[in-house]
Amino acid sequence: MTTPTGYDVAVIGAGIVGSAIARELAGHQLSVALLEARDDVGDGTSKANTAILHTGYDAKPGTLESAMVSRGYHLLSEYATHTGIPIEHTGAILVAWDQEQLDALPSLKDKAEANGYHRCELIDAEAVYTQLPHLGPGALGGMTVPDESIICTWTVNLALATDAVNRGVTLLTSHRVDRVDAVGDATTVHTSQGPVTARWVVNAAGLGADLIDAMFGHSRFTVTPRRGELIVYDKLAHALIDKIVLPVPTARGKGVLVSPTIYGNVMLGPTSEDLQDRTATATSETGFEFLLDKGRKLMPRLLEEEVTATYSGLRAAIDHNDYLIETDAAQRYLLVGGIRSTGLTSGMAVAEYVRDQLAAAGLALVPRTDLPAPPRMPNIGEAFPRPYQRADMIAADPAYGRIVCFCERVTEGEVRDACHSVIPPAALEGLRRRTRVMNGRCQAFFCGAEVQSLLEREIRASQNDSAAPTVAAAAVQESHR
Amino acid sequence: MSTTHTVDVAIVGGGPAGLTAAAALSRDRALNIIVLERESAAGGIPRHSDHPGYGMRDLKTFISGPAYARRLTDTAAAAGATIRTNTMVTGWADEKTLEVTSPRGRELIQASAIVLATGARERPRPARMIPGDRAAGIYTTGHLQNVVHLKHGTVGRRAVVVGAELVSYSAVLTLKHAGCQTALMTTEYPSPESYAVFNLAGKTPLLGVEVATRTRLTRIIGKPVVRAVEVEDLDTGERRMIDCDTVVLTGDWIPDHELARSAGLDIDPGTLGPVVDTALRTSRPGVFAIGNLLHPVDTADIAALDGRHVADHVRHYLNGRRPSTEGVLIHADGPLRWVAPSVVRPGDPAPARHRLLLWTDTLVRVPTVVAAQNGKIIGRKTLPWPASPGRVFRVPSSILRDVEPGGGPVTLSLHTPLSISGRALLRNRRSRVRA
Repeated sequence: MTTPTGYDVAVIGAGIVGSAIARELAGHQLSVALLEARDDVGDGTSKANTAILHTGYDAKPGTLESAMVSRGYHLLSEYATHTGIPIEHTGAILVAWDQEQLDALPSLKDKAEANGYHRCELIDAEAVYTQLPHLGPGALGGMTVPDESIICTWTVNLALATDAVNRGVTLLTSHRVDRVDAVGDATTVHTSQGPVTARWVVNAAGLGADLIDAMFGHSRFTVTPRRGELIVYDKLAHALIDKIVLPVPTARGKGVLVSPTIYGNVMLGPTSEDLQDRTATATSETGFEFLLDKGRKLMPRLLEEEVTATYSGLRAAIDHNDYLIETDAAQRYLLVGGIRSTGLTSGMAVAEYVRDQLAAAGLALVPRTDLPAPPRMPNIGEAFPRPYQRADMIAADPAYGRIVCFCERVTEGEVRDACHSVIPPAALEGLRRRTRVMNGRCQAFFCGAEVQSLLEREIRASQNDSAAPTVAAAAVQESHR
Repeated sequence: MSTTHTVDVAIVGGGPAGLTAAAALSRDRALNIIVLERESAAGGIPRHSDHPGYGMRDLKTFISGPAYARRLTDTAAAAGATIRTNTMVTGWADEKTLEVTSPRGRELIQASAIVLATGARERPRPARMIPGDRAAGIYTTGHLQNVVHLKHGTVGRRAVVVGAELVSYSAVLTLKHAGCQTALMTTEYPSPESYAVFNLAGKTPLLGVEVATRTRLTRIIGKPVVRAVEVEDLDTGERRMIDCDTVVLTGDWIPDHELARSAGLDIDPGTLGPVVDTALRTSRPGVFAIGNLLHPVDTADIAALDGRHVADHVRHYLNGRRPSTEGVLIHADGPLRWVAPSVVRPGDPAPARHRLLLWTDTLVRVPTVVAAQNGKIIGRKTLPWPASPGRVFRVPSSILRDVEPGGGPVTLSLHTPLSISGRALLRNRRSRVRA
């Protein structure tokens, strides 16, 4: 798609927001490149959030974030029905544990109304325990948010990026941006794999957005990596809870929640800790202690179950109370900054907004009439039939009957499909996000060796389909670790 | 869409216990026995434990894990059992019907009796809540041995092995085979006493591996591959770094109890496996459980002998015989963590090998076990073998000979010979009040 003068638009960052923007722009007669520093899409802040599809009930009314989350909720819900992104409409309950929190609930309900969300209800302690029988003692009351939902954040990112590529976007992974040169009416983005030239540049670089912004001469915000650690409990804990349990929000984010996950587990977290190091994704002793302490009060029975996984993710917190989306028409540059954890929900709305901003700044947008249908993503949600449960799929292809990851019931057919998909995994981590393989309670005790050799086999096979040397190299490298 | 098959006995899990049960039941050619094994080959964990030491108690032999796995598989098949591999039980359609997935399709297998033999696994890093970097190069023994012995893969050059129990030494052997040196073994226990067998005579290939006692792993460092671990001396709180590129987390077993729990069977809070009586019946009539699902973990031959033991009781069940009375519960008192089986019924046979299996958190070199019921001591045995952390402590079941049917629960406690005192009795009285 690249022309002698390069692309029409280069989008930096293939997380949920960048992928949604690339997809949206590729709905028009434009050549678009999607640049990603890492070796896979969705490998930064988008992969380790709390995976909640927010109604936006608690956003600050009147902000761009409020509007984007509210619109994004509907866009993504609709998109999910076409692509098969798993969503469960579990609903949430904010639980008040002291008088101050209880007193705050009516104003939160008012806030929800101001955000255009009208389905919250205040409930008494008895109603809280009726809906959450395993909640720890001491709840005084609550507020329901019936439309808060759980979603597969990995599939969201992958669906948007796959759709973008199907629409003709050039995905350039392992392209870390080092500097930019604006010359005439084109900007050259110098990356770790050489220059990429485009007329317009969209910065959706998440944790690195302020650094890219500085390359364009701006100094309007600073990203502070905010570490959030999570504990994921065994699927056997799922019977304890079927709704998201939210704390009454404080100034420091949404606090610690307990929630079922789309994969059938129960999640406790996140912590919220401002750091300096943008690569500090280690888990910590203090983080675990903090979460266990919270968990003991929230749902003591949960702590008797086994821990299946612990995660640590970084959110891109900025020194600004709202999303920061601003056009620099002179440099044909647009910043998408400060998209916090709500970006999972708002991403598609942000993409529309960015599209309109670019049009207003002079980018000619001619809609395409020949767009491919949205991709149908493999279902990795627990509430919907998966290949191992489907007699029709197994009859058509016995590879869907050979379960290779026992805990998560992932079949050989699914691993194979992922390796031959539009955006194949670069390594084991990417395969885990596409299939759930090795994400279960045994953490590779039974399946690790088998999955690794299957991945290597399929990646070799996919190399024969098409040249994908970086993929193979990464897999081989990983196999020697 | 699913097809339904009917069998007499479905055995879930084709490891030593399941295969031995299948062989024993299949000697009666009238019975239709099926073993459902999710791996691509039957044999269980011994398949990838490529060192000798298997088959001593059940086959009166001394062979390698893979040879043992093959022999058990061949014996069960020759006896007439159907062994289905790549076949996983994913749930229950009803009390006696299993939902099954295999390349053949989605099936329902309806059985007159079901034997759960799903085994156990080692807790991986997240379950142990070890903080630090998300690094490559961290294994459980099971993962390690799959990589090295089944896939002929490689690991790093320098390992820290967490644990110093029987399986930990198996991991050290595997590492050595893969060309990886073990820099340190760590154990939270004060002494690696129970593994004296490995340190005997200076002849084992394990000699020279340093064991840090009273030590725990506190952090893993390295991205994308392990570079070091931080360990803590539990007595002084002092922490130090050990360079390594491989970490093996051994032991700390948990039964693979998902099917048992999703069936709603009574679960023992100590073993986390199903509660069974001495005939290995679970709380659901017609559902039995055997092997390391019940006692995580004893050696493979002990698991196998559960399989031999259960066969008669499954047959009795198929013939309509039912246990007549309520059983008496057996509790383990600290430092004993659990006991299996944990129900005795009057008229039932002794457990397999006439042994109760227990787990201790404290080393007692000359242990005395006391059984008490209703505040009264009903049995006492001083044993010539130690009660050691990290391995099953076996106690003759005759200690329960004088259990009063219909009496309260029985408590088993562990003592050094001189410490049996009013304290133990007091504790037993307290547990009676609780009960």
